[in-house]
Amino acid sequence: MGNPCAVIGIGQTHYTTRRRDVSIAGLVREAALRALQDADLTWKDIDAVVIGKAPDLFEGVMMPEAYLADALGAAGKPMMRVHTAGSVGGSTALVGASLIQGGVHDRVLVVAFEKQSESNATWALSTHLPFSASLVVGAGGYFAPHIREYLRRSGAPAHIGHLVAVKDRRNALKNPYAHLRIPGIDQKMVESTPMLWEPIRYLDTCPSSDGACAMVLSAGDKVTGSTPAWVLGTAMRSEPIFRAGRDTVNPQGGKDCAADVYRQAGITDPRREIDVAEVYVPFSWYEPMWLENLGFAAEGEGWKLTESGATALDGDIPWNASGGVLSSNPIGASGLIRFAEAALQVRGMAGEHQVDGARRALGHAYGGGAQFFAMWMVGSDRP
Amino acid sequence: MREVAVVAFAQTRHSATDEGQSDSELVMPPLEEVREQTGLRTFGFTCSGSCDYLAGTPFSFVSALDALGAWPPISESHVEMDAAWALYEAWVRLQHGDVDSALVYGFGKSSPGDLREIMTLQLDPYYLAPLGLDQVSAAALQASAAGAGRAELDEIVRRSRAAGRVNPYALDLPDPDGEAFEVEPLRPYDIAPITDGAAAVVLAAGDLARELCEHPAWITGIAHRIEPHYPGMRDLARSASAAEAARAAGVDKGHVDVAELHAQFSHEEVILRRALALPETTAVNPSGGPLAANPVMATGLIRIGEAARRILDGTASRTVGHASSGPCLQHNLVTVMEA
Repeated sequence: MGNPCAVIGIGQTHYTTRRRDVSIAGLVREAALRALQDADLTWKDIDAVVIGKAPDLFEGVMMPEAYLADALGAAGKPMMRVHTAGSVGGSTALVGASLIQGGVHDRVLVVAFEKQSESNATWALSTHLPFSASLVVGAGGYFAPHIREYLRRSGAPAHIGHLVAVKDRRNALKNPYAHLRIPGIDQKMVESTPMLWEPIRYLDTCPSSDGACAMVLSAGDKVTGSTPAWVLGTAMRSEPIFRAGRDTVNPQGGKDCAADVYRQAGITDPRREIDVAEVYVPFSWYEPMWLENLGFAAEGEGWKLTESGATALDGDIPWNASGGVLSSNPIGASGLIRFAEAALQVRGMAGEHQVDGARRALGHAYGGGAQFFAMWMVGSDRP
Repeated sequence: MREVAVVAFAQTRHSATDEGQSDSELVMPPLEEVREQTGLRTFGFTCSGSCDYLAGTPFSFVSALDALGAWPPISESHVEMDAAWALYEAWVRLQHGDVDSALVYGFGKSSPGDLREIMTLQLDPYYLAPLGLDQVSAAALQASAAGAGRAELDEIVRRSRAAGRVNPYALDLPDPDGEAFEVEPLRPYDIAPITDGAAAVVLAAGDLARELCEHPAWITGIAHRIEPHYPGMRDLARSASAAEAARAAGVDKGHVDVAELHAQFSHEEVILRRALALPETTAVNPSGGPLAANPVMATGLIRIGEAARRILDGTASRTVGHASSGPCLQHNLVTVMEA
């Protein structure tokens, strides 16, 4: 699949509700500098910059890559801006990887961010007003009916979502960058929070975060820094939002995207062959749904894996050891964080939330009306 | 680098006013046209360029994807930039060697909003944007720095508009005629017209390109560079990034028959000609260029498409398509195509 590509540097900011101490430029630069430091490189070693974020309306800056060129050391270099809705962080990494796999560059800096405190995301997501009434409020309003349909089909008991909410928040306590840190969180606490969009309670949803994530990607023969994570497979898939007959509970695009990545990485049994997965779960119920969509469980069986504890940090297929999107959600960066955390795991650099002996990890992101997918598989062994 | 060529190009008949079509409705005809030109119904990769701020709504590319018909699910991406960069992403994707074709499209309607005001939001949000320095005023600063003579600018506008009048896709605009300054030294006719439109291009690699058309426009060089954002940190009279992109793309490695430049203001053509070191014998913007039709987010892709078209129809052997982004030509992409 083209030239070998490795992740050699990763940088994250601490995710939090408001970063009042930095501008947007300061925020992305902080993550980028950490990634460069990790790779043991400086700005001059970077050939190109790829930046991703969710809609411009979130911060009110049109095409912010222009303004951010200076902060990211891009002056005099190529710079691109990717936007594929919620999956954008993943897509940004994939475009960066493409530049290396296609032999165009040796080292690429990829950065994704959101500084949601500088705007009102719900306003920015309320589309088509005033010309047509919106029947949903925010992303939760859009996804809740799909979750209800999953419950109907699978017969999953009502507490499964809460189990995911508790598991991911407990993992987050081990991740120094995580936004939501709730000591003593348990199922009862989640159940005591207000119902936002049936069956999603307040603590079943992701927070709004400020934050940025950056990665340095390198050609196989230009690797620097400590242990690299090798890219074993990459794929994007999109499907129309309004196609009649589209299965929004178990989207074909997600299945096809996973199949493509598994094929490239030589995975035939994801549950057994993947050691850890960082999967885009912004609402707790998306863990059982994606367990099925990504082939870790048969249709209707995903919730049983969650219930059994298989996806916990000490389970046989830990999902979102970092705390996931449920714990930190700077939207445009959330996908890149999944990809970066997958890489950290196979580099053995995930700290307290490290999964012992992780050699192959899946990074996953989705966006739009569960219609855009970006995934990669990274591994500790050079392909 | 793997051999990749532009094998098809189509665009809308651009409009200066809102004709009531949605973005998706704009996109569909050129998409269908390039499918017909190539006979391809599916593509190894698809990439689009657009900007939410034109539509005033997030995720404007989602409805375009519905118009495209992405079923079964497709390998697809989107740049929130001019679609010339979508073409670049697709070209990069084709370099892998695992897919042989790519569909690229871009669209934009600037008629429903106030483009000058919208583009102001591209500026640094803490220091520049609050000043209300709008796109035309920023361009006027550059025009002053460039110091181009009025006669030269008038001639550029006259030539562009005349070419646009015989281009069925461009706007029908009269010759410039003694208007007052918009922002000194720019007159209204020095500024690209408000335009709605869309365009589509098909890229193909190697033998597939040879199969699909008689004269593929082979991309022999493609490169882009960005410059510092603050106008004060640049020599506005020159375009260092356009010059560097042109060097990296190899513009100077042969004679350029046709160059399509993304000059949205008449003085930008002067700066870009110099940056690309184009001789007098190169035909610049024979389509009329952005001064004759400027569907924002598709204009750069159209420059590449128009430059490719001259090779596809056998009337040129080496052409250049250029795209620009950011205030005062901050970011420039140069594509060299050969027969």
